Amino acid sequence: MISTWTIPATGGADTAEEMLLAFDRGRTQRVLVCPAWFDEANKLRRFTVELMRRLDAAGIDSLLPDLPGCNESTVPLRDQTLAGWSEAMAAAARSLGATHVLAIRAGGLVAPSGLPGWHYAAQSGPKLLRGMIRARTIAAREAGIAETSEGLMAEGRTRGLVLGGWAIGAAMFAALESAEPALAPGQSDIAQSQVGGPGLWLRAEPDEDAGQADRLAALIVQSLAESGA
Amino acid sequence: MTTSSNLDSDAADNALDRELKALIADVLGLDPARAAGFGPDSGLFGHLPELDSMAVAGLLTEMEDRLGIVIEDDDVDGEMLETYGGLLAFARAKLEAR
Repeated sequence: MISTWTIPATGGADTAEEMLLAFDRGRTQRVLVCPAWFDEANKLRRFTVELMRRLDAAGIDSLLPDLPGCNESTVPLRDQTLAGWSEAMAAAARSLGATHVLAIRAGGLVAPSGLPGWHYAAQSGPKLLRGMIRARTIAAREAGIAETSEGLMAEGRTRGLVLGGWAIGAAMFAALESAEPALAPGQSDIAQSQVGGPGLWLRAEPDEDAGQADRLAALIVQSLAESGA
Repeated sequence: MTTSSNLDSDAADNALDRELKALIADVLGLDPARAAGFGPDSGLFGHLPELDSMAVAGLLTEMEDRLGIVIEDDDVDGEMLETYGGLLAFARAKLEAR
Protein backbone atom coordinates (compact mmCIF):
# COMPACT_ATOMS: atom_id res chain seq x y z
CA MET A 1 0.00 0.00 0.00
CA ILE A 2 2.93 2.33 0.68
CA SER A 3 5.28 2.63 -2.27
CA THR A 4 7.19 5.27 -4.17
CA TRP A 5 7.14 6.97 -7.53
CA THR A 6 9.89 8.81 -9.30
CA ILE A 7 9.76 12.25 -10.86
CA PRO A 8 11.81 12.07 -14.07
CA ALA A 9 14.86 14.31 -14.29
CA THR A 10 14.17 17.59 -16.07
CA GLY A 11 16.39 20.51 -16.94
CA GLY A 12 19.49 19.07 -15.29
CA ALA A 13 17.73 18.30 -12.02
CA ASP A 14 18.16 14.85 -10.54
CA THR A 15 15.31 12.42 -10.39
CA ALA A 16 13.48 12.61 -7.11
CA GLU A 17 11.76 9.77 -5.35
CA GLU A 18 8.45 10.60 -3.68
CA MET A 19 6.17 8.51 -1.52
CA LEU A 20 2.87 7.14 -2.68
CA LEU A 21 -0.09 5.66 -0.88
CA ALA A 22 -1.90 3.34 -3.24
CA PHE A 23 -4.71 0.81 -3.41
CA ASP A 24 -3.22 -0.76 -6.50
CA ARG A 25 -4.53 -4.13 -7.65
CA GLY A 26 -3.91 -3.52 -11.35
CA ARG A 27 -7.56 -2.83 -12.14
CA THR A 28 -8.75 -0.95 -15.21
CA GLN A 29 -9.94 2.17 -13.40
CA ARG A 30 -7.08 3.96 -11.69
CA VAL A 31 -7.78 7.26 -9.95
CA LEU A 32 -4.91 9.66 -9.26
CA VAL A 33 -5.73 11.62 -6.11
CA CYS A 34 -4.34 15.18 -6.05
CA PRO A 35 -4.46 15.93 -2.33
CA ALA A 36 -5.48 19.09 -0.50
CA TRP A 37 -2.65 21.43 0.47
CA PHE A 38 -0.87 22.53 3.62
CA ASP A 39 -3.07 22.69 6.70
CA GLU A 40 -6.03 21.31 4.76
CA ALA A 41 -3.91 18.32 3.74
CA ASN A 42 -3.61 17.33 7.40
CA LYS A 43 -7.27 17.90 8.11
CA LEU A 44 -8.38 15.91 5.08
CA ARG A 45 -5.77 13.14 5.10
CA ARG A 46 -7.87 10.60 6.94
CA PHE A 47 -10.97 11.48 4.95
CA THR A 48 -8.96 11.09 1.73
CA VAL A 49 -7.72 7.64 2.69
CA GLU A 50 -11.17 6.58 3.93
CA LEU A 51 -12.48 7.57 0.52
CA MET A 52 -9.76 5.52 -1.17
CA ARG A 53 -10.71 2.46 0.91
CA ARG A 54 -14.26 2.79 -0.36
CA LEU A 55 -13.10 3.09 -3.97
CA ASP A 56 -10.96 -0.01 -3.41
CA ALA A 57 -14.02 -1.90 -2.17
CA ALA A 58 -15.87 -0.75 -5.28
CA GLY A 59 -13.18 -2.24 -7.53
CA ILE A 60 -11.35 0.99 -8.34
CA ASP A 61 -7.61 1.55 -7.85
CA SER A 62 -6.51 4.84 -6.33
CA LEU A 63 -3.10 6.44 -6.10
CA LEU A 64 -2.20 9.24 -3.71
CA PRO A 65 1.25 10.71 -4.39
CA ASP A 66 2.92 13.17 -2.04
CA LEU A 67 3.36 16.63 -3.46
CA PRO A 68 7.12 17.33 -3.70
CA GLY A 69 8.24 19.17 -0.57
CA CYS A 70 5.38 17.77 1.55
CA ASN A 71 5.14 14.85 3.97
CA GLU A 72 8.10 12.47 3.49
CA SER A 73 9.50 14.33 0.48
CA THR A 74 13.24 14.99 0.60
CA VAL A 75 13.11 18.17 -1.50
CA PRO A 76 12.62 21.57 0.21
CA LEU A 77 9.07 22.95 0.17
CA ARG A 78 10.29 26.53 -0.36
CA ASP A 79 11.75 25.55 -3.76
CA GLN A 80 8.43 24.24 -5.10
CA THR A 81 6.43 26.10 -7.73
CA LEU A 82 2.89 25.81 -8.98
CA ALA A 83 4.13 24.74 -12.42
CA GLY A 84 6.48 22.23 -10.78
CA TRP A 85 3.64 20.66 -8.82
CA SER A 86 1.50 20.46 -11.97
CA GLU A 87 4.36 18.72 -13.78
CA ALA A 88 4.85 16.37 -10.83
CA MET A 89 1.18 15.37 -10.83
CA ALA A 90 1.28 14.85 -14.61
CA ALA A 91 4.42 12.74 -14.21
CA ALA A 92 2.74 10.72 -11.47
CA ALA A 93 -0.30 10.16 -13.69
CA ARG A 94 1.93 8.88 -16.50
CA SER A 95 4.22 6.69 -14.45
CA LEU A 96 1.36 5.17 -12.44
CA GLY A 97 -0.94 4.69 -15.41
CA ALA A 98 -3.81 6.73 -13.98
CA THR A 99 -7.05 6.75 -15.95
CA HIS A 100 -8.86 9.42 -13.92
CA VAL A 101 -8.05 12.22 -11.49
CA LEU A 102 -9.75 13.23 -8.26
CA ALA A 103 -8.55 16.65 -7.11
CA ILE A 104 -9.33 17.68 -3.56
CA ARG A 105 -9.61 21.41 -2.68
CA ALA A 106 -6.45 23.21 -3.91
CA GLY A 107 -5.37 19.95 -5.54
CA GLY A 108 -7.54 21.18 -8.42
CA LEU A 109 -4.86 23.79 -9.20
CA VAL A 110 -2.44 21.04 -10.26
CA ALA A 111 -4.76 18.31 -11.59
CA PRO A 112 -3.49 16.85 -14.90
CA SER A 113 -5.66 18.28 -17.68
CA GLY A 114 -5.29 15.15 -19.79
CA LEU A 115 -7.34 12.96 -17.46
CA PRO A 116 -11.09 12.89 -16.95
CA GLY A 117 -12.27 13.11 -13.37
CA TRP A 118 -13.55 15.30 -10.58
CA HIS A 119 -12.69 18.38 -8.55
CA TYR A 120 -14.03 18.02 -5.02
CA ALA A 121 -14.80 21.35 -3.27
CA ALA A 122 -12.23 23.16 -5.43
CA GLN A 123 -10.29 25.92 -3.72
CA SER A 124 -8.73 28.91 -5.53
CA GLY A 125 -5.21 30.19 -4.94
CA PRO A 126 -6.31 33.64 -3.70
CA LYS A 127 -8.69 32.11 -1.13
CA LEU A 128 -6.04 29.69 0.06
CA LEU A 129 -3.57 32.55 0.56
CA ARG A 130 -6.19 34.79 2.18
CA GLY A 131 -6.95 32.20 4.86
CA MET A 132 -3.29 31.51 5.59
CA ILE A 133 -2.33 35.20 5.65
CA ARG A 134 -5.21 35.91 7.98
CA ALA A 135 -4.12 33.16 10.38
CA ARG A 136 -0.69 34.74 10.46
CA THR A 137 -1.93 38.29 11.11
CA ILE A 138 -4.19 37.04 13.92
CA ALA A 139 -1.32 35.10 15.52
CA ALA A 140 0.97 38.14 15.11
CA ARG A 141 -1.55 40.41 16.77
CA GLU A 142 -1.84 38.00 19.69
CA ALA A 143 1.95 38.17 20.01
CA GLY A 144 1.91 41.96 19.84
CA ILE A 145 3.61 42.11 16.43
CA ALA A 146 2.22 44.53 13.85
CA GLU A 147 1.79 42.80 10.50
CA THR A 148 -0.70 43.68 7.79
CA SER A 149 -2.11 41.44 5.09
CA GLU A 150 -0.93 43.93 2.48
CA GLY A 151 2.61 43.94 3.83
CA LEU A 152 2.71 40.16 4.03
CA MET A 153 1.41 39.81 0.48
CA ALA A 154 4.17 42.11 -0.78
CA GLU A 155 6.78 40.16 1.15
CA GLY A 156 5.41 36.84 -0.09
CA ARG A 157 5.62 37.97 -3.70
CA THR A 158 9.23 39.11 -3.47
CA ARG A 159 10.86 36.90 -0.85
CA GLY A 160 8.40 34.13 -0.07
CA LEU A 161 6.69 33.63 3.28
CA VAL A 162 6.21 31.06 6.01
CA LEU A 163 2.47 30.66 6.56
CA GLY A 164 1.14 28.31 9.20
CA GLY A 165 4.56 26.64 9.27
CA TRP A 166 4.66 26.08 5.50
CA ALA A 167 7.51 27.75 3.65
CA ILE A 168 6.01 29.13 0.45
CA GLY A 169 8.57 30.42 -2.04
CA ALA A 170 8.13 33.70 -3.92
CA ALA A 171 7.36 32.00 -7.24
CA MET A 172 4.71 29.75 -5.70
CA PHE A 173 3.23 32.68 -3.79
CA ALA A 174 3.01 34.93 -6.85
CA ALA A 175 1.47 32.16 -8.96
CA LEU A 176 -1.15 31.40 -6.29
CA GLU A 177 -2.34 35.00 -6.31
CA SER A 178 -4.11 34.38 -9.59
CA ALA A 179 -4.46 30.58 -9.65
CA GLU A 180 -8.00 29.34 -10.28
CA PRO A 181 -8.96 25.69 -10.60
CA ALA A 182 -9.97 24.95 -14.20
CA LEU A 183 -12.03 21.98 -15.32
CA ALA A 184 -10.41 20.21 -18.25
CA PRO A 185 -12.58 18.27 -20.74
CA GLY A 186 -14.11 15.27 -19.01
CA GLN A 187 -13.69 16.78 -15.55
CA SER A 188 -16.58 17.94 -13.38
CA ASP A 189 -17.07 19.69 -10.06
CA ILE A 190 -18.34 17.91 -6.97
CA ALA A 191 -19.55 20.57 -4.55
CA GLN A 192 -19.63 20.01 -0.80
CA SER A 193 -23.44 20.41 -0.95
CA GLN A 194 -23.59 17.21 -3.04
CA VAL A 195 -21.63 15.35 -0.36
CA GLY A 196 -23.63 16.87 2.49
CA GLY A 197 -22.55 18.11 5.89
CA PRO A 198 -19.81 20.60 6.68
CA GLY A 199 -16.52 20.28 4.81
CA LEU A 200 -13.92 18.60 7.01
CA TRP A 201 -11.28 21.18 5.99
CA LEU A 202 -13.21 23.71 8.06
CA ARG A 203 -12.61 21.81 11.26
CA ALA A 204 -10.21 23.31 13.77
CA GLU A 205 -8.78 19.82 14.21
CA PRO A 206 -8.60 16.81 11.90
CA ASP A 207 -11.75 14.71 11.95
CA GLU A 208 -13.50 12.09 9.87
CA ASP A 209 -17.01 11.48 8.64
CA ALA A 210 -17.91 8.02 7.34
CA GLY A 211 -21.15 9.31 5.79
CA GLN A 212 -19.34 11.94 3.73
CA ALA A 213 -16.72 9.42 2.58
CA ASP A 214 -19.55 7.03 1.58
CA ARG A 215 -21.35 9.70 -0.40
CA LEU A 216 -18.28 11.05 -2.19
CA ALA A 217 -17.23 7.52 -3.15
CA ALA A 218 -20.76 6.80 -4.39
CA LEU A 219 -20.73 9.95 -6.56
CA ILE A 220 -17.45 8.86 -8.15
CA VAL A 221 -18.62 5.28 -8.71
CA GLN A 222 -21.84 6.57 -10.24
CA SER A 223 -19.99 9.01 -12.48
CA LEU A 224 -17.68 6.23 -13.70
CA ALA A 225 -20.67 4.00 -14.43
CA GLU A 226 -22.41 6.77 -16.37
CA SER A 227 -19.35 7.56 -18.46
CA GLY A 228 -18.98 3.88 -19.25
CA ALA A 229 -15.28 4.19 -18.54
CA MET B 1 -48.76 45.29 16.25
CA THR B 2 -45.23 45.11 14.92
CA THR B 3 -44.54 46.75 11.61
CA SER B 4 -43.56 44.51 8.76
CA SER B 5 -40.08 46.01 8.49
CA ASN B 6 -39.42 45.09 12.11
CA LEU B 7 -40.65 41.61 11.42
CA ASP B 8 -38.29 41.41 8.47
CA SER B 9 -35.32 42.58 10.48
CA ASP B 10 -36.15 40.19 13.32
CA ALA B 11 -36.33 37.35 10.84
CA ALA B 12 -33.02 38.41 9.29
CA ASP B 13 -31.44 38.63 12.71
CA ASN B 14 -32.61 35.14 13.63
CA ALA B 15 -31.34 33.82 10.32
CA LEU B 16 -27.94 35.42 10.94
CA ASP B 17 -27.84 33.95 14.46
CA ARG B 18 -28.62 30.47 13.10
CA GLU B 19 -26.08 30.79 10.28
CA LEU B 20 -23.33 31.93 12.61
CA LYS B 21 -24.00 29.14 15.11
CA ALA B 22 -24.02 26.56 12.32
CA LEU B 23 -20.71 27.94 11.08
CA ILE B 24 -19.08 27.71 14.51
CA ALA B 25 -20.43 24.16 14.88
CA ASP B 26 -18.89 23.31 11.49
CA VAL B 27 -15.49 24.72 12.46
CA LEU B 28 -15.39 23.19 15.92
CA GLY B 29 -17.13 19.96 14.99
CA LEU B 30 -19.79 20.63 17.61
CA ASP B 31 -23.16 19.04 17.85
CA PRO B 32 -25.47 21.72 16.33
CA ALA B 33 -27.62 21.53 19.48
CA ARG B 34 -24.64 22.60 21.58
CA ALA B 35 -23.85 25.51 19.30
CA ALA B 36 -27.52 26.49 19.36
CA GLY B 37 -27.12 26.93 23.10
CA PHE B 38 -24.53 29.72 22.67
CA GLY B 39 -25.48 32.97 24.36
CA PRO B 40 -24.00 36.48 24.02
CA ASP B 41 -21.42 35.75 26.72
CA SER B 42 -20.32 32.33 25.49
CA GLY B 43 -16.53 32.47 25.18
CA LEU B 44 -14.83 31.86 21.82
CA PHE B 45 -11.19 32.80 21.04
CA GLY B 46 -9.09 32.25 24.14
CA HIS B 47 -11.79 30.09 25.73
CA LEU B 48 -11.97 27.16 23.34
CA PRO B 49 -8.55 25.52 22.97
CA GLU B 50 -9.27 24.18 19.48
CA LEU B 51 -10.07 27.68 18.22
CA ASP B 52 -6.49 28.75 17.43
CA SER B 53 -5.41 31.42 14.95
CA MET B 54 -5.65 29.02 12.00
CA ALA B 55 -9.17 27.99 12.98
CA VAL B 56 -10.22 31.60 13.54
CA ALA B 57 -8.88 32.47 10.09
CA GLY B 58 -10.95 29.64 8.64
CA LEU B 59 -14.00 30.83 10.54
CA LEU B 60 -13.65 34.41 9.27
CA THR B 61 -13.02 33.31 5.69
CA GLU B 62 -16.10 31.09 5.81
CA MET B 63 -18.13 34.00 7.25
CA GLU B 64 -17.07 36.09 4.26
CA ASP B 65 -18.22 33.37 1.88
CA ARG B 66 -21.51 32.52 3.55
CA LEU B 67 -22.57 36.03 4.54
CA GLY B 68 -21.16 37.86 1.52
CA ILE B 69 -19.09 40.29 3.59
CA VAL B 70 -15.43 41.36 3.47
CA ILE B 71 -13.48 41.32 6.72
CA GLU B 72 -10.43 43.61 6.84
CA ASP B 73 -7.36 43.24 9.06
CA ASP B 74 -8.47 46.17 11.20
CA ASP B 75 -11.87 44.59 11.82
CA VAL B 76 -10.31 41.68 13.65
CA ASP B 77 -9.82 42.45 17.33
CA GLY B 78 -10.09 40.68 20.65
CA GLU B 79 -13.52 42.04 21.44
CA MET B 80 -15.08 40.73 18.26
CA LEU B 81 -13.59 37.27 18.75
CA GLU B 82 -13.88 36.86 22.47
CA THR B 83 -17.56 36.06 22.80
CA TYR B 84 -20.33 34.79 20.61
CA GLY B 85 -22.23 38.04 21.22
CA GLY B 86 -19.23 40.04 19.99
CA LEU B 87 -18.99 38.02 16.79
CA LEU B 88 -22.72 38.26 16.14
CA ALA B 89 -22.70 42.05 16.67
CA PHE B 90 -19.75 42.33 14.29
CA ALA B 91 -21.48 40.27 11.59
CA ARG B 92 -24.68 42.30 11.98
CA ALA B 93 -22.78 45.60 11.65
CA LYS B 94 -20.95 44.34 8.55
CA LEU B 95 -24.22 43.27 6.91
CA GLU B 96 -25.88 46.60 7.69
CA ALA B 97 -22.91 48.52 6.27
CA ARG B 98 -23.18 46.79 2.88
